[in-house]
Amino acid sequence: MSGQHHPEPESYAAIRARAIESLLVEKGLIASDAVDARVQAYEQDIGPLNGARVVAHAWVDPEYRTRLLENGTEAIAEFGYTGAQGAEIVVLGNTPDIQNVVVCTLCSCYPWPVLGLPPTWYKSHAYRARVVIEPRAVLKEFGLELDDVVEVRVWDSNSDIRYMVLPERPSGTEGMTEDQLMALVSRDSMIGVAKAKSPAQVG
Amino acid sequence: MNGIHDMGGMHGFGPIEIEEDEPVFHQPWEGRVYGIVTTIRDAHDVYGPYGLRSYIESIPPDRYLVASYYEKWMLALENALLAKGLLSKEELEAKTSEYLDNPGAAVPRREDPEATQRVVENIRLRLPLAKDPDADIRPAFQVGDAVKARNINLRGHSRLPRYVRGKVGTIEKLYKIQDFQDHVPESEQGPQPVYSVRFKAEELWGAAAEGNQSLYIDMWESYLESA
Repeated sequence: MSGQHHPEPESYAAIRARAIESLLVEKGLIASDAVDARVQAYEQDIGPLNGARVVAHAWVDPEYRTRLLENGTEAIAEFGYTGAQGAEIVVLGNTPDIQNVVVCTLCSCYPWPVLGLPPTWYKSHAYRARVVIEPRAVLKEFGLELDDVVEVRVWDSNSDIRYMVLPERPSGTEGMTEDQLMALVSRDSMIGVAKAKSPAQVG
Repeated sequence: MNGIHDMGGMHGFGPIEIEEDEPVFHQPWEGRVYGIVTTIRDAHDVYGPYGLRSYIESIPPDRYLVASYYEKWMLALENALLAKGLLSKEELEAKTSEYLDNPGAAVPRREDPEATQRVVENIRLRLPLAKDPDADIRPAFQVGDAVKARNINLRGHSRLPRYVRGKVGTIEKLYKIQDFQDHVPESEQGPQPVYSVRFKAEELWGAAAEGNQSLYIDMWESYLESA
């Protein structure tokens, strides 16, 4: 058998998860296809492309932008993005003088309907601990260095309201269509740890 | 509770580890745990009034710090199922041993198209933040008021982080009412006004504050007093 590839042994966590799922199925407490559907929804359908569509639309339609900043939940619902972890979504508009950054220091609260499930760094102890006390240092680690005149506003989403950042529209994008603009709207720019990309960055 | 989960302002965690193009779930078991946690509650009140997160917050600090995100979810799920009597410790350990001995053994399946339909619909379901969203509750504070976060040290679930307690900020905005989420006696439960309160970084962190920074946080009215 030497020289043959052996698959890595399963982790204890993987084994434990199977034990729990088996017992819950046997007891009739969960449906396997319901679990499949839930996983699929967030792996395939509900992710940061939703938010990017909202942002790109706000960039080209000033009236929509106003609605979005005044009542994020309703404006976002116009696209059908509603539901779990988005009962109330407040949209924070970045300006040349204000950089908004979102965190959940107590947990991992995040606007699922527009951004999907959060990345690992957003849920990390380091981000949760540090971004409230040294946001500029944290943003620097994301490659975002802000001038001293820019006010950094950190939003700790501790209630059932969820926050999304509306990044500034990059310069040099005047002639671009909404679909082209969407490609500039990164997930990180809607959390507030990055700016939207420039056309040159996406090629 | 004054738990390890209340991390805002702590030192020592090192740089942020950023993974480019990371998958939604890094291992299939993470997806299964996510799916189980978020679907079982459609039919069963597994977590009680303070949700899965109260179970996450009750993970002992030493364990909390070394567990990955979905390990925390799984641990919290286990503890909730045990507390509700939906699983017993013995059967969980026995089943775990079975899979340890037979790592390739399949997980049984149970199909329920109706429940699945409900799960899919619930994902997009719009729910208010208060059971009675039109309750006539007059806010005690106005935009611009100076307020102080009370020094409340609750043993149960709370949304008042340590780093703002006793600090003075300004009411920036009045939000819609929300049901109070803290673990308090029944007489103190129910909907309250919620405000966006702005704290200057210097108020929170003193001389260690970075320049030109402020912190906005959502405050249920009972967290606040006039300053």
